[in-house]
Amino acid sequence: MAQSLTHAETALPADWRDLFALTKPRVMSLVVFTALCGLLAAPGHVHPILAFSSVLAIALGAGASGALNQWYEAGIDAKMKRTANRPLPAGRLDPQTALQFGVGLAAFSVFLMLFASNWQAALLLAASILFYVFIYTMWLKPRTPQNIVIGGAAGAFPPLIGWVAATGGIAPLPVLLFLLIFLWTPPHFWALALFVKSDYAAAGIPMMPVVAGEKSTRRQILLYAVIMAAAAIVPWPLGYTGALYGWTAVLLSALFVLLSIQVGTRTTGEGDLMRPEKRLFAYSIAYLFILFGAVVADHWWPL
Amino acid sequence: MTQEPNQEPFDEAEYRRRQRSRANMMAWMLGALAILFFLITIAKMQIFQ
Repeated sequence: MAQSLTHAETALPADWRDLFALTKPRVMSLVVFTALCGLLAAPGHVHPILAFSSVLAIALGAGASGALNQWYEAGIDAKMKRTANRPLPAGRLDPQTALQFGVGLAAFSVFLMLFASNWQAALLLAASILFYVFIYTMWLKPRTPQNIVIGGAAGAFPPLIGWVAATGGIAPLPVLLFLLIFLWTPPHFWALALFVKSDYAAAGIPMMPVVAGEKSTRRQILLYAVIMAAAAIVPWPLGYTGALYGWTAVLLSALFVLLSIQVGTRTTGEGDLMRPEKRLFAYSIAYLFILFGAVVADHWWPL
Repeated sequence: MTQEPNQEPFDEAEYRRRQRSRANMMAWMLGALAILFFLITIAKMQIFQ
């Protein structure tokens, strides 16, 4: 009965690769790594299957957040070069499928966390998904240039959830790791926003360089980098980590601040290639990976 | 003057290929989840013993 098929029935079903792309896999890799580090740095022993399942639940929760973010921002993504080829703005996926996929994945991730670890971790995971979707994506991002500052909390949850999944409780070290990612987010995102400023302006997103200008953004990158460096080092003198983490944090944070000084003190003209900003953005990702790796290394092989 | 809407021709081969690809992916994922849930249950039984 091909002649009675409606448009919806004859529309191509979504390719699984597009559904996978909806989960922002590159962002997910950092989420998985920091969650795993939070879990591995926690005291006591976690069964490997339960540890794997908890990290999988966090990864699925992050994927669900990414999918719901892309569902809500499809119209904005279509206006930006960087995101125009995503499955929704490119028309390879229909919004209803994306919404169902995101909500289903979110519910499943919380259920998996509840089944594999404990209700505290499941509650935190649910809170982080809701915070990312409702507080960051729907409320803050289109309204204020402080979107990244407050919204950074959503990305800071994974090590805390990993720790709670392993222990069932919260301790000072995972809270400090939460604070570290929270303070790392503004310089990381504003470095990116400086070299894709025109994209954000075209989409009407009030990112800091668009609203407050480049000079103010550069000053704030430097300010946050200094505060972040202090937050990165402070677990060492407080006795929550050892010298291995401490020296790693000192050296890496010093380089972070140096790169931020380059970005924070310069002015650019027409046609600038924005090399220091791109360098800071790339380094900030490596910084977080190495620092969280050092937290685990310090816990397992203290100096 | 009315204009026909610009509709892409319906490609049944591509439709079936995507259906098959998604069905295969779903089958693998459900199988993996069944194994994972079994292993979680076994792990929890070991912990509570």
